Amino acid sequence: MSEIITAILIGLGVLFNLFGSIGLVRLPDVYTRLQAATKCVTLGTLLTLTGAVIYGFSGASAEMAWKSMLCIVFVVITTPAAAHALARGAYKYGVKLKEPTVVDLYQEVEPQQVSIEDDEET
Amino acid sequence: MANFEYFLYVAMAVLVLSIFLCLWRITHGPTAPDRMVGIDILGVSLVSFSVLIALLSGRGYYMTLALAWALLAFIATVGLSKYLEGRGLDE
Repeated sequence: MSEIITAILIGLGVLFNLFGSIGLVRLPDVYTRLQAATKCVTLGTLLTLTGAVIYGFSGASAEMAWKSMLCIVFVVITTPAAAHALARGAYKYGVKLKEPTVVDLYQEVEPQQVSIEDDEET
Repeated sequence: MANFEYFLYVAMAVLVLSIFLCLWRITHGPTAPDRMVGIDILGVSLVSFSVLIALLSGRGYYMTLALAWALLAFIATVGLSKYLEGRGLDE
């Protein structure tokens, strides 16, 4: 029974990982790529870790379950903070927002200094 | 039990596909922040990959690997984005 619940959670988590990576490839801009990929991949990793918690507490090894819970706490804290720092760094670095963007409120607070086009294509 | 192991192998295959999509973004990304977004997402995907390895092999230390990898990916991303802002690490 616990294996079925674990399998459902892990399947959902891996599918969310895949959707986030597809968004990372398909979307047009750094910022849209960042938000799509970060949200989907965080949710996917949390579902996978929750599956590991259930599988560990149902008899496999309690050590694995406790470490998974610690890992859930770390992922929840660190991933949005990293995404926020990365978006701010990209803005300050001078990546332009793509054409269909409607509003840029950060422009009024602190105008974007450098603006580069797509730099070196390797 | 055997069905569960086969399911874990299929899940690992899907996760490898998404990791290759991240690698495509790292190699093709037009600007430097694009590549860093790819590296960040790759790190979080590798956390769930090592969770799957831990479930498959039943050894607890792969969970320690996932824990350490989550923290190291966070530190790397924050440090590199401070570098992109053009500031030092202590501001």
